[in-house]
Amino acid sequence: MFSGLPLLSLAVWVPILGGVLVLTASQERQANLAKMIALVVAIMTFIITIPLYTQFDVSTFQMQFVEQHVWIAAFNVNYHLGIDGISMPLILLTSFTTVLVVLAGWQVITFKVAQYMAAFLIMEGLMNGVFAALDSMLFYVMWEGMLIPMFLIIGIWGGERRVYATIKFFLYTFLGSVFMLVALIYMYIQSGSFSILDFHQLKLGLTPQILIFIAFLLAFAVKVPMWPVHTWLPDAHVEAPTGGSVILAAIMLKMGAYGFLRFSLPITPDASAQLDWLMISLSLIAVLYIALVALVQQDMKKLIAYSSISHMGFVTLGFFMGFEILHNTTSVQGAAMGIEGAMVQMISHGFVSGALFLCVGVLYDRMHSRQINDYGGVVNTMPTFAALMVFFAMANAGLPGTSGFVGEFMVILSSFKAGFWIAAIAATTLVFGAAYTLWMVKRVIFGDTANKHVAELTDINRREFVVLGSLAVAVLLFGVWPAPLLDVMHSTVGHLVEQLHASKL
Amino acid sequence: MNFQIPNFILATPEIWVLSMACLVLLVDVYSRGTDRNAAYILTQITLATAAVLTVTFYTGERSLIFNNSYISDAMGTVLKVCVYLITAAVFVYSRDHLRERQLYQGEFFVLGLFGVLGMMIMISAHSFLTLYLGLELLSLSLYAMVALRRDSADATEAAMKYFVLGALASGMLLYGMSIIYGVTGTLDVGQVAERIAQGGGQNELVLAFAVVFVIVGLAFKLGAVPFHMWIPDVYHGAPTPVTMYIGTAPKIAAFAMVMRLLVEGLGELHGHWQGILIVLAVLSMGLGNIIAIAQTNIKRMLAYSTISHVGFLLLGILSGTANGYASSMFYVLVYALMSVGGFGMIVMLSRAGFEADRLEDFKGLSVRSPWYAFMMLILMFSMAGVPPTLGFYAKLSVLQAVVDVNLTWLAVMAVVFSIIGAFYYLRIIKLMYFDKPTDTAPLRVNLDLRMVLSVNGLAVLALGLFPGALMDVCIVALTR
Repeated sequence: MFSGLPLLSLAVWVPILGGVLVLTASQERQANLAKMIALVVAIMTFIITIPLYTQFDVSTFQMQFVEQHVWIAAFNVNYHLGIDGISMPLILLTSFTTVLVVLAGWQVITFKVAQYMAAFLIMEGLMNGVFAALDSMLFYVMWEGMLIPMFLIIGIWGGERRVYATIKFFLYTFLGSVFMLVALIYMYIQSGSFSILDFHQLKLGLTPQILIFIAFLLAFAVKVPMWPVHTWLPDAHVEAPTGGSVILAAIMLKMGAYGFLRFSLPITPDASAQLDWLMISLSLIAVLYIALVALVQQDMKKLIAYSSISHMGFVTLGFFMGFEILHNTTSVQGAAMGIEGAMVQMISHGFVSGALFLCVGVLYDRMHSRQINDYGGVVNTMPTFAALMVFFAMANAGLPGTSGFVGEFMVILSSFKAGFWIAAIAATTLVFGAAYTLWMVKRVIFGDTANKHVAELTDINRREFVVLGSLAVAVLLFGVWPAPLLDVMHSTVGHLVEQLHASKL
Repeated sequence: MNFQIPNFILATPEIWVLSMACLVLLVDVYSRGTDRNAAYILTQITLATAAVLTVTFYTGERSLIFNNSYISDAMGTVLKVCVYLITAAVFVYSRDHLRERQLYQGEFFVLGLFGVLGMMIMISAHSFLTLYLGLELLSLSLYAMVALRRDSADATEAAMKYFVLGALASGMLLYGMSIIYGVTGTLDVGQVAERIAQGGGQNELVLAFAVVFVIVGLAFKLGAVPFHMWIPDVYHGAPTPVTMYIGTAPKIAAFAMVMRLLVEGLGELHGHWQGILIVLAVLSMGLGNIIAIAQTNIKRMLAYSTISHVGFLLLGILSGTANGYASSMFYVLVYALMSVGGFGMIVMLSRAGFEADRLEDFKGLSVRSPWYAFMMLILMFSMAGVPPTLGFYAKLSVLQAVVDVNLTWLAVMAVVFSIIGAFYYLRIIKLMYFDKPTDTAPLRVNLDLRMVLSVNGLAVLALGLFPGALMDVCIVALTR
């Protein structure tokens, strides 16, 4: 029924224009109207993106749902959209998460409601644009444009140190991205086009490849974030309102990882192969060291933020150890499995970390504290909530049967082909991940009721249950039956591994 | 010697603006009391008509008249029309501000029009003499405008500094021109280029010497580091409308001057001036962006921001390709548009006895006026070069121009400085959106100012979504 419609354009522009529409109801007394419009727009966008999955042709790695129009003729920049098995799940994740974020902000946001909702909707459009863009300039515009709403979200609705956090966030990500801009311009001069697919074909010498790779690394490593450029993330997460944290963790971090898949690996395969030791080391440091940092956090949001960095280290490990696997075993399947595992981990982490931030938000709305020490025995007063939170914590720790397990298992399994020590360090995540998550749960949820504030807590309402419940379903579904996710990415990842294998020199 | 009657038709816009400036002067003499609306309306009509005349009498080709000292070409036409537009916006923004400070005098508009005439002559100059004539007409008008508030110590000091340094710069420029005249025996830009191409080799050293003086003069007028000292003081000391005037349209004319002198006249010596411009560009971007962080006065902050933008502007010119010149032209037009909007915001927030030129005066603007806070947000992000605003494409095009000539390291320096610059633009947004207002007086502003300012802000956003048209105009203007 949707055939013939420019679905990707709709997925980009419906939320953006919807956001502008929400802004027209910006009087304080129109807050309910603004929320309703926002919810309708978010759900509409989600419905628009569903056919992207149902009509997706899993047998090809070619771009699908392609749209192309001339945008800036002077620079040969096109409005060029299209998706493959890598970007499609991320677009669905984005539009699904935005619905939850709109719902999560329903009663919590008390001032400038319309602006809050509009900022998230506009950001949703831009994020969909990032994942769908096949022209690097279009990609860059969306990628940077997204900073503006996020800057405002953290700065206006954030916590006490919000100004510090948001300016740090902005400058850090801006710093990374501008080098990517120079790299994109360089490749434009070489190839005469800004098209990402043309860049994939572009022959480049080793030195330019390494420089381009470093430029991309600066942009994407900040976004992922990889150690040692991760320090903006805990600040941004802690100060952001719940919705902002959810979008940051669930989607924005994925953009960095997506950038590696779309740009670094296929455009500079030889440089990636040369520098894979660097990427693997940074990833392992993130996995191990950041997990230890997470262990000692007193602030729940900070703990989840560090846990995100650690999990994203797993994702980048999955991408880059492919070169070691190809080198050691020439097994294309092994490399593909690592990348697929990393992608499943990305999607799963989107659900799980989003859910955990929402859980902390639920507690924070009631107690106005994020400190673990202020809690204890929450299960006594909020049993339903406790069940959900424990479930998400288990998923975060990688319990079999949850989506968290699938990705981690696939990455660890293929990491044995890359090298024993890589596998050994990567596997510690199962221990430390379980340690910091479960220890937090133990201190917050279980035990005796800690104080009278906890005793006065009320369990989650229907709205909160819908939000957390739908995430729980998703986590469980992909945990026991990941095939739908793996099927769509199979051909694309296969093609990507071929691109890695073929030298550009 | 046969004498031909020159084709005056091509110079109709200049003749029109000159006559109208004299008429405004006359009308103003007969205006009673403090009401200067007649002068204001006449000025706006003059600018609008001049735009129509400029477009109508453009023949679509390069034509030289007045013994090759005046040129009518595509670049000149586009730049002139932009000068009228920007100046008209300046006058709209200024009216109330001037009236509240008893500065609403005919002189402002007369001097403004003479300044426009000077810019037009600079843009169309094809001989060193015409160029100098235009430059001095513009500069003298500006000196007088800065001193318009003659009982203010700040303003007179600024005017004095501006005059002395400006005169010094003009002297440098003249000296450079005279050396070139000595070597080539002509003042005609086209012939200078020809003679240098034919036999410049034996006088290369002398010419290089001349280039240095010419560039020093130009750098003074543009405000490139290390010849930037006058900018912060003049911007700060002058009445805000005058600052707005100095900071916008004359930059367009200065760009034209650089094009006529360096590119059309001394293009053959590109190897000599490229290195100098690289140094000027790096210093301007660096110093401008870093010192802007320390400012607490928004007019001074915008002054340093101007200096850094001049650095970016030079990037396109120094690349030495048609593409690069087009990108610089695009940059200067975008800069003028953003800058006039930025100063327009300061004017809008000010009222009698309150200048609104400190950074704190922007605190909590999003509460007092969400719409104009949003306009300022767009303008600031645009100046910082964040997509999807117009400022990003301006930076993109100049960066593209330098990468094209294998100066990738320069592009990397430029983006690093632009990150430093992003901080102080973000600070304005922080003040507007994240802080509580300290000043709760309602904004009382005229409808025309509000309309033009909104159009100005939205143009920065809308042209950012569809930048192709303006880019094409610049490219066509420079490649025909």
